[in-house]
Amino acid sequence: MANNNQSLWHEFKKGLWDEIPPFRLVLGTCPTLAVTNSVINGIAMGLATLFVLLCSNISVSAIRKIVPSEVRIAAYVVIIALYVTVADMFLAAMFPPISKALGPYVPLIVVNCIILGRAEGFAQKHPIVPSIMDALGIGIGFIMSLIVMGSIRELLGFGSILDIKLLGNWFEPWIVMILPAGAFFVFGFLVALTNYLSRKKATETHGH
Amino acid sequence: MDIILIFISAAIVNNFVLSYFLGICPFLGVSNKTESALNMGLATTFVMTLTAAATWPVWTYVLVKFNIPFTQYVAFIIIIAALVQFVEMFLRKSSPDIYRAMGIYLPLITTNCAVLGLALFMVLRNYNYVQSIFFGFGTGVGFTLAMLMMSGIREELEFADVPPVFQGISITLIIAGMMALAFMGFAGLIRG
Repeated sequence: MANNNQSLWHEFKKGLWDEIPPFRLVLGTCPTLAVTNSVINGIAMGLATLFVLLCSNISVSAIRKIVPSEVRIAAYVVIIALYVTVADMFLAAMFPPISKALGPYVPLIVVNCIILGRAEGFAQKHPIVPSIMDALGIGIGFIMSLIVMGSIRELLGFGSILDIKLLGNWFEPWIVMILPAGAFFVFGFLVALTNYLSRKKATETHGH
Repeated sequence: MDIILIFISAAIVNNFVLSYFLGICPFLGVSNKTESALNMGLATTFVMTLTAAATWPVWTYVLVKFNIPFTQYVAFIIIIAALVQFVEMFLRKSSPDIYRAMGIYLPLITTNCAVLGLALFMVLRNYNYVQSIFFGFGTGVGFTLAMLMMSGIREELEFADVPPVFQGISITLIIAGMMALAFMGFAGLIRG
């Protein structure tokens, strides 16, 4: 039993660093770049993705023995599109301003490779409980990545985080940070930072 | 006139890759060789034009007419997947040469967010049928352009002395940032 709990914990934890989606696996890059011009947009996008990922992992895992393997990808995509429709309608009804700010990027969760990747790579081979842990880990890792990207861009682009002004009037906002170019720069440097940290860790463990 | 503006806007000014971040996966993944970048670009342009041509009638005459617009995402993704499958079968039978060059990229296009993005933007902007087709074609041309430029730079980059932690995806993203900055120079050309 202890062993079982440990492996569940492992499925959860891997998404937070070892397989953190945008920086390690370079999946889900489109929303990571597009909606992180402010922290709040990033959080909303992350939560919507987590919801879809969780539901699709549960569904795919539940039907994994019934679906013939020739049509599985098509079946997964339709399942994902269904949950995305739910998430999109929920956002539009409850949080209209956020839904408006995210625009077509909510429906584009359908083709977010993280979700199809987890369905194909994990949920179709594992029972429901590990699939839930996997979805939670990857989803929370994704939200963390979006928050980091969003904080850097909002801080440098507007001098604020979550609309709270942190830098005084002396600060000249870097307009480029909220433009598309800034998204590419911040993402590029964060990937480099991830590489640097994991290299350091590798030399510390294997170095001597 | 209208049509030319839509085409230039989709291909250059509002380039899908560099200003809407759509189609980033193939942009990062398949841009290391010019030849594969060109083939991927052509295959995508072909599918995008067809997607625009196929989704517009379905949206206008089925989803809107029967008042079921909420099935939009499911319907569009099924159309795109079916279309890609059809193109693949057609090419394999009719022109094996083209199939050999493009074949491996076709399945990837189903999950290329630029293709679904194109269908969604087409609906949001209320384009008519002819405008939609030019929008699809222009988007494909813009995608090919971005892929070609990036692959050219990356081939040169192989001789450059890039610090180890920046190698691979990281330096590619930073170059994409510079390209996005350069493309901003076109912004005054057309509004919207």
